[in-house]
Amino acid sequence: MTTAISVSGLVKTFGRTRALDGLDLSVSQGEVHGFLGPNGAGKSTTIRVLLGLIRADSGEARLLDGDPWRDNVALHRRLAYVPGDVTLWRNLTGGETIDLLGRLRGGLDANRRAALLERFELDPTKKGRAYSKGNRQKVALVAALASDVELLLLDEPTSGLDPLMEEVFRACIAEERERGRTVLLSSHILSEVEALCDRVSIIRAGRTVESGTLAEMRHLTRTSVEAELAAVPPDLGALPGLHEVELRGTRLRCQVDTDHLDQLLRALTAVGVRTLTSRPPTLEELFLRHYEPERAQPQPEKSQPEKSQPEHPQQPEGAQR
Amino acid sequence: MTRPASVLARQTTGAGPLLGLALRRDKVMLPCWLYAAVGSVAVTGISFGKLYPTALSREVFAATINQSASLRAVYGPIFGTGIGGLTAWRMAAFGGVIVALMSSLLVVRHSRAEEETGRLELIGAGAVGRGAPLTAAVGTAVLGNLLVALLIPVAMIATGQDAAGSVAFGLAVACSGLVFTGIAAVVAQITETERAANGACGALLGLAFLLRAAGDAAGPGGPGWLSRLSPLGWTEQVRPYGGDRWWVVVLALVVAAALIAAAFALVSRRDLGAGLLPQRPGPATGAARLRSASALAWRLQRGSLYGWSAGALISGAVFGSLAKGVLSLFGGNAQIQQIIQRMGGQQSIVDAYLATMVNLLGMVAAVYAVQAALRLRGEEADGRAEPLLATAVSRLRWACSHLAYPLAGSAVLLIAGGAGTGVAAGVLLGDVGGRTASLVGAAAAQLPAVWCIAAGAVLVIGLLPRRTSAAWGILSVLLLISYLGPALKAGQWVLDLSPFTHIPRLPGAQFAAAPLLWLTGLAAVLAATGLAALCRRDLG
Repeated sequence: MTTAISVSGLVKTFGRTRALDGLDLSVSQGEVHGFLGPNGAGKSTTIRVLLGLIRADSGEARLLDGDPWRDNVALHRRLAYVPGDVTLWRNLTGGETIDLLGRLRGGLDANRRAALLERFELDPTKKGRAYSKGNRQKVALVAALASDVELLLLDEPTSGLDPLMEEVFRACIAEERERGRTVLLSSHILSEVEALCDRVSIIRAGRTVESGTLAEMRHLTRTSVEAELAAVPPDLGALPGLHEVELRGTRLRCQVDTDHLDQLLRALTAVGVRTLTSRPPTLEELFLRHYEPERAQPQPEKSQPEKSQPEHPQQPEGAQR
Repeated sequence: MTRPASVLARQTTGAGPLLGLALRRDKVMLPCWLYAAVGSVAVTGISFGKLYPTALSREVFAATINQSASLRAVYGPIFGTGIGGLTAWRMAAFGGVIVALMSSLLVVRHSRAEEETGRLELIGAGAVGRGAPLTAAVGTAVLGNLLVALLIPVAMIATGQDAAGSVAFGLAVACSGLVFTGIAAVVAQITETERAANGACGALLGLAFLLRAAGDAAGPGGPGWLSRLSPLGWTEQVRPYGGDRWWVVVLALVVAAALIAAAFALVSRRDLGAGLLPQRPGPATGAARLRSASALAWRLQRGSLYGWSAGALISGAVFGSLAKGVLSLFGGNAQIQQIIQRMGGQQSIVDAYLATMVNLLGMVAAVYAVQAALRLRGEEADGRAEPLLATAVSRLRWACSHLAYPLAGSAVLLIAGGAGTGVAAGVLLGDVGGRTASLVGAAAAQLPAVWCIAAGAVLVIGLLPRRTSAAWGILSVLLLISYLGPALKAGQWVLDLSPFTHIPRLPGAQFAAAPLLWLTGLAAVLAATGLAALCRRDLG
């Protein structure tokens, strides 16, 4: 598999703000790659570097085997972009905007355009100023999805869409994957990334903190286990990688580092298991583990620093489950 | 039943903090406007004192002006022959236009523009009455006009002028501003965008200027009543230092109050974000020719090009048709010759007059050119350039698609204005073909100066994208130098700063290619530097 996007050690400063601080990102051809991070983490800045709209201070960025700054026009024929905050030309209708952007990219598929308009329930005859935020987003989405391109760069593309339309969007991306297109999907909506992406890169403060397939990442984290046992188990404290153990008689609730899961199961089956529920960590939990140190600090009401992580801390903004 | 007073109170809840916010946002702009209005009055007064120190010289000057239909058209008639009277004459038309511009821009900026960007929605959700944002917008403009009405008398009395006349002068200028505050408040309710509102206000101001010019140019028995229809004519008819007609001030205030009341009535009859003009659906697909950056730029820029060109054509025709009146001047008096020449031009009086008008067209084209060039930055700042530049459109191509308008669009505007002037002057003076050709040529000769100013705007866009209002500042300074400099006998080095100083005064003067060439070269260097910077910098 060849690489569609490869970024290493990317640095970009705006005045005194360090927006990108040595960011790495690698996206293979044909994969849907989730680009995850809270607001202000540097997702949009990275995409704008990849589009050649801004120039990185240092580090390397390659896009479809080209230089995003130097070869921008040639590369842009092969990709489509949906910005997170779409502004439209006031006196152009949605349909005109879709056609213009598509043609400037080298043409768009009329059948797919018609089908997408129908699926997204978008009225193409309204003038740009008359669309709501969600509908402006749909105009950009239809323009991008109806183009015949190799790579889609989507910057928080579902902001402003209602849940039904989000469902339509997910179906569309699944079809794009079938068609073999590469998608970079920036988002802070974890369920979206979880449902759509083959691989995920999590960034924070301009730096990549985690990258890999969802399966790989789950290895790095914990599994929640609930079990009803045949008898009161012997001392579980001796087992490694166990957290937040809650034992009420024969009922056990705990979290276990995923690479110690089999040791726990062996100990449980030794006393006999009546029911067992184990749940893989959601991306939410992944996400929270990465951002928690930052988020937990400014909470003065937690006087006692807990050794293990709280099970349900506040959800980050925008997280939807 | 609710009492009107409580309705008013509810409508304007929260207007105070909003007014504070508006004044804070305008803490630089408002003083600049006031300085332009009051400063130019003070400088004009002092200069007239130096230029025409004796009562006799002033009488002769006033008689000259009042006998010439065309000079009356440009500056209005003289009512008082003291220094104050001359200053009021010279500044009534000009100062009235400045405060009218200030007022309409301020009102639109704080009402329709805020609504269009959606910021008003945020404010409207707070404990804020429906009429509060308009109250704050109108309040800002009214405050600016009150300061004008206060500061002009202070400046005039300080230079030793009659107190009553000075107060009348201040109020006269403020009258134009207040009436346009009302006009802009109504327009901002009817239109849907800031651009449309400013365009409509600009067109109405142009109409007011033309009505006043035509009415003042008309001799006895002519349609002199035309100027009485124009708020700028009212400013003039207050006749400061020449009779002080206070009732005209009262009339203007009543009209302003009625317009503002009408705007508030409209506010409560429409939805937030909507205008009064209905929206119509457009085509569902893009026309076949909508397939390039240039096609898009044409879509975005054509309306304003049409409007400005039509305005130039009509103004040209009005000014051209006044050329005949210049001939009625008695030409033997050396001092009068000198005055005429100072107003612009070296040869025959008609040519001098026409050259001045063509120069005026050049300045109008410069305003258009800066406005059209800044559209580029507007597209960038509003985020519309980003999706466009994420397609196979290079930055240079995108920039050039818009810069065609300040470069070629300003040529269209000048040719339209020159043709209007030439045809009208030709019909009245004979030789339509010859006059049209010579005036179109004269208007086209303004292009290098217009290009220099437009290229300055491109340089600002390339190097200082967050300070693009500097382009307006540069333009205002250069226009003030060109408009007031010669009459005020400013130093040559000051006059030389403006590119218009270097353009041969056509028709009449000897044609010289050299200044046109080096101005074009300078414009090319400035524009190329600006474009290079734009292509190398970060976008956004």
